[in-house]
Order: sequence, then C-alpha cells, then structure tokens
Amino acid sequence: MQVQLIRRKKNLIVRLKGELDHHTADIFRHSVEKELKKKGNQNLIINVTGLTFMDSSGIGVILGRYKQVKDKGGQVAICGLDKHHQRILQLGGLLNIIPVFGNESQALINLK
Amino acid sequence: MKEYKLENSANYMLLEIPAQSENESFVRVVVAAFAARLDPTLEEINELKTAVSEAVTNGILHAYDYGKGVIRIFVSVDNQHLSVEVHDFGKGIADIARAREPLYTEKPELERSGMGFTIMENFMDDLLVESKPGQGTVVKMLKIFGKTAEINH
Repeated sequence: MQVQLIRRKKNLIVRLKGELDHHTADIFRHSVEKELKKKGNQNLIINVTGLTFMDSSGIGVILGRYKQVKDKGGQVAICGLDKHHQRILQLGGLLNIIPVFGNESQALINLK
Repeated sequence: MKEYKLENSANYMLLEIPAQSENESFVRVVVAAFAARLDPTLEEINELKTAVSEAVTNGILHAYDYGKGVIRIFVSVDNQHLSVEVHDFGKGIADIARAREPLYTEKPELERSGMGFTIMENFMDDLLVESKPGQGTVVKMLKIFGKTAEINH
C-alpha cells in the first residue's frame, strides 16, 4: 500500500493506494501518526479513491486516527468511498461519526 | 478437528501457508481465482475476498501469538455453492460466542476493530466456528453465487 501525505493549511490529506489489510495497516498508522504530531495539522482527510481492497483492519486504523485527531480538537473526513468499502465502514459504525464527501475539495470546503 | 470431506466435493483446492501477515493478500487472491468458475459478480468477489481475509487474519493474529504455525485453507465447490474452511492449529478460542460479538477484540492495542466475524457473517451465507483450546480453530463459511441472477430471470 502507498500512503501519500499532502498539507493544505491546517488540513492533512492522506491518499491511500492499494490494499488496506492487517499487513499494511501499520504503514498508514505510523506515517499519519507521525505527521499529526507536527505543529499545524488539525484536520485529517482520508482519500480512499485508490484503495483496491479493505477489510476490518481499515475500521480499526481509521478509528485510531479519528481518536487522535479528535483529542486535539480537529475533524476527520473520508472521501472517495466506493459501495463495498462503505458497507465495511458502516458495519464498524464509522459513518455515524465521520462525514463522507465525494472528493477532497468538497471535504476541504466542509471542514472548519 | 474434523477432516475435509473430499469425497463429497465436486472440486476443491487445498492451500497451506505459514502464519505470516504478508500471506493474507496471496490467500484471498487465490480463493477469488478459484471462485472465478462460478461467474461471480464484482460484489460477490469483494465479499468473498474480505471474508477470507478476516478469517486468515484471525488465524495469523490470534492463534499462535506471533509464534510459528501454519494456516490451511480448504475450498470446495458444488454447483453454485462455494465452501471455504480456514484451519489453524493454535491456541483455540475458549468462548466462541464472545469472540463472535461485534467489537470484541483481544488486541485493542493493535487497533483491531473486533468486526472480523461480523463481516464474515454479513458477506457470506453461512458461518460456523469450531474450536478446541490448545488444538486450534476451524472457520467454515459458505457462499452461494448467482442469487441475484436467479431472482431476475
């Protein structure tokens, strides 16, 4: 899995590409954890457009980042969800707490 | 642990891997390739791959506590019915009902969501878990392909 990090003012955008499972979840966790500890990052936008696979490891690692961002008063958004990945996150209850947008620009406009 | 019922299976495959996380992707791709003969929809394949990934990850993560071990995957097909068995020979599950509860995990520190069995239940047509402490666990799943097509015709 590839993780691309982009800063847009106080927003950190994470673009995920490839397969998100137990084996690759740590790559996502560690790169984002490290970046969120830096000054200036408040909100997190997770772009999953490039994901070709996700299982329940995705629920755990996204929830972990949600807690990390929320603790510091920031917001989390997800964009680029397909139907199958949406079902998985829905089962994990994530869609009740994290807003979903069609793309990064819409997420950027809606986050404060 | 029950043995595979080869005599009842029209066709089957057997795969054994060491319990290492880098094999998770390989196993789900192999099972999906085996299921290709059932002319699956993309949705059916996604469901199958996710459920297999959950079962294999459970074996790797919980059965051997990071020690050495193997996971054996037995897949058989009978008409439109695909049966997947994921065997490990590790520590076993003491309380299966509790393990199957949504959000229950023994490894929250690893950010495990506890949703593995719930996803298997939702994405497959049947799920059976057999386990004996100290002997291992078998997860048996059944998926029936082409259900939507039957309704439409």
